[in-house]
Amino acid sequence: MSRIDVLSRSAGKLTDGLPPLPRHRAARLRRMTPYLLVLPAVLLELLVHILPSVAGVVTSLFTLNQYYLREVFDAPFAGAKNYSIALNFSSSAGSALVHSFLVTILYAVVVVAFSWFLGFSGALILQQAFRGRGVLRTIFLVPYAMPVYVGVIVWDFMLQRDNGLINHVLVNDVHLLGKPAFWLLGNDAFISTAIVAIWRMWPFAFLMTMAGMQSIPDEVYEAAAIDGAGPWRRTYYVTLGLLRPVTAVLLLMMFLWTFNDFNTPFVLFGTAPPPSVDLISMHIYTNSFVNFNFGLGAAMSVLMLAFLMIVTGLWFLWDRRGQRHGW
Amino acid sequence: MKLSKLAIAGAVAALAGASLIGCSTSSSGTGAGAGSASSDAGVTLTYWATNQGASLQADQTILTPELSKFTKETGIKVNLQVIPWTTDSTKILAATVSGKGPDVLNFGNTNAWTFGKTGALLQWSDAQLGEVGGTSRFIPTVLSAAGSGPYTSLPLYSQAYGLFYNKAMFSQAGLTPPTTWQELVSDAKKLTNPAKQTYGLALQGASVSEGMHFEYIFARQNGGSPFNAQNQPTFTTAANVDGIKQYLDLMSSGLVNPSDAQQQNGTQQTSEFAHNKAGMIMVQNGTINSLAALGMTSSQYGVVPIPAPSPLASGGKDLASFVAGTNIAIFKNTPHLDAAIKFVKFMTSTQEQQILDQKYQLLPVLSGAALNFFSDQAMAKTFTDILNSKAEALPVGSNITAYQQSVGAQMVTLMGKAATGTKLSDSDIQAALQAAQAQMPAQ
Repeated sequence: MSRIDVLSRSAGKLTDGLPPLPRHRAARLRRMTPYLLVLPAVLLELLVHILPSVAGVVTSLFTLNQYYLREVFDAPFAGAKNYSIALNFSSSAGSALVHSFLVTILYAVVVVAFSWFLGFSGALILQQAFRGRGVLRTIFLVPYAMPVYVGVIVWDFMLQRDNGLINHVLVNDVHLLGKPAFWLLGNDAFISTAIVAIWRMWPFAFLMTMAGMQSIPDEVYEAAAIDGAGPWRRTYYVTLGLLRPVTAVLLLMMFLWTFNDFNTPFVLFGTAPPPSVDLISMHIYTNSFVNFNFGLGAAMSVLMLAFLMIVTGLWFLWDRRGQRHGW
Repeated sequence: MKLSKLAIAGAVAALAGASLIGCSTSSSGTGAGAGSASSDAGVTLTYWATNQGASLQADQTILTPELSKFTKETGIKVNLQVIPWTTDSTKILAATVSGKGPDVLNFGNTNAWTFGKTGALLQWSDAQLGEVGGTSRFIPTVLSAAGSGPYTSLPLYSQAYGLFYNKAMFSQAGLTPPTTWQELVSDAKKLTNPAKQTYGLALQGASVSEGMHFEYIFARQNGGSPFNAQNQPTFTTAANVDGIKQYLDLMSSGLVNPSDAQQQNGTQQTSEFAHNKAGMIMVQNGTINSLAALGMTSSQYGVVPIPAPSPLASGGKDLASFVAGTNIAIFKNTPHLDAAIKFVKFMTSTQEQQILDQKYQLLPVLSGAALNFFSDQAMAKTFTDILNSKAEALPVGSNITAYQQSVGAQMVTLMGKAATGTKLSDSDIQAALQAAQAQMPAQ
């Protein structure tokens, strides 16, 4: 039974206590009720998500710069010009976009993989009842609960070269490094940014996985144990297997969030991140808001939107096949 | 059911990526109301002031008594909002697009041309300029940063770069302040002792705006220029490359603490200087206040112009600074135009300028203004000389904002490479400049 059926039935019940309406009006109201109920949500959805997206697509077709900012409707039509600049990979704007795109994919894959692994491991450990489990659960959630800017600025301090905590520990205390490293320059900057992002993201994976694990009935584990499955096989086949729907959604959400991550690199590097952390959202930001090239920035955004929709579509296909074949 | 909902959720999340841009095309401004004819008393103006003092709080403390004075004189209240430099440009941009902004605002004079072109600022008519005393009151070079008219902003504060040197460290090493770039380098060598974490200079290597400022100054010293006479970008000339090398060599030859390549703001640099860890810094005069906040009095350091190489390269100019500063402007959509003009008149009046310059340790924007507020008169003279004979305004009519971001960001990257030991050839620098030039929007 679909949700709409449920809604219209309960709506029908609601009218039972009221004075009877003429039959055809009652029937029409019953037909209308579900639509009326979703109407506010649809309107808000249009306002909050669809309209700005459409505006972004429209912007990408115009040459919008500082001369037309105040009179946006006078901006000259550019057609596909912004797209041809962004997609001309032999030009420097195009190759910079490709570089930024590849860096962002690598960043998203690394951050999602590690966050999921840490979150899953954390949830698995906290499945066992032991003293202090509640405290540990709370502590694990701190990075997620902390305001992004506060968390990242603290990392920024820790990553400083001369007086940062991380170099202090690695150089002076455990002598892992001979001399202090530049954590915010060159390729090391990628590692630092990824670590900060993982620190922020993994509690979410932990939370979702933990909630999923609690819905797996103990009987399944017991049955598996009777059938001779050891702890590894129980984890792999029972826990991971039954968590599959949760994991699938979780990975998609984390990928989309990380792909669009702006806060972490912006707080760490301002408007000039090292090339190794030139994430796509920063790249678009600099092109539109700092260089006043809003049309080109919008074109890049639309290209990213297209890419993320393809990813989401592929995910959808994969997930549906998975459901059908019972993975 | 579940699947399609998830697909919708995914698609919506994807769409959110595009909405980053969406806000740029929201409603354009409502029609601007002309100044009300009735009395301005009881009107409240909103004033966005960029951060000039040692902290945002310091600005509140400095400006509040002055604004009360204005309220007492005119009956017009002022709601002060101090804006950090990092968000200044974005806030003004948002106000421009939405048409909803402050009544009066100030911003760095390098942005004066770009913001003026958006049409969000009041274009002063001759009659309106007459109400604030006309443009002839301003020092011509300082005024020229806002263009040659029609004006959309007027000078409020002025600044210049200087080379600050630590007197104790210099006398200990038996050095005198440098008068040529070669002397600066040899002094820096003598002051550098990495084992003690002591270096010749401190820099803000990760600051986009500093990177662009020094690219400009040193390119001009070497006979280069970022723009030609037609305001077309000419970033990649050999003279510009030489200028950048002059600056980067400080880092690659070990005269600067390599950690400075990661510094985004000035606090680390001033702290290294105040704690005798760096013998020299190249900063603007507003830094005097920051040093005082760190307990360093003006008797402990001296200021000389940033020196140029001697002899100068062909076409080179003995430039020590550009005309830095802050301009004040009226937002076109203000419903309180008369009150806003009165406020600009108050802020640029001889009396208020004297008070504000003293409190902020800034240079005058008015011709013939006395510099008696500097505690160190020699320092006051140095800065005045720099501004009068060794500074020029950035080329007006060029897209300075985009130049600052594109070249400044490349300078940050180059400085990072120099700090981590990468040998930078001329062609590496040229490639970086080429990438910056490709980012410049068409005129």
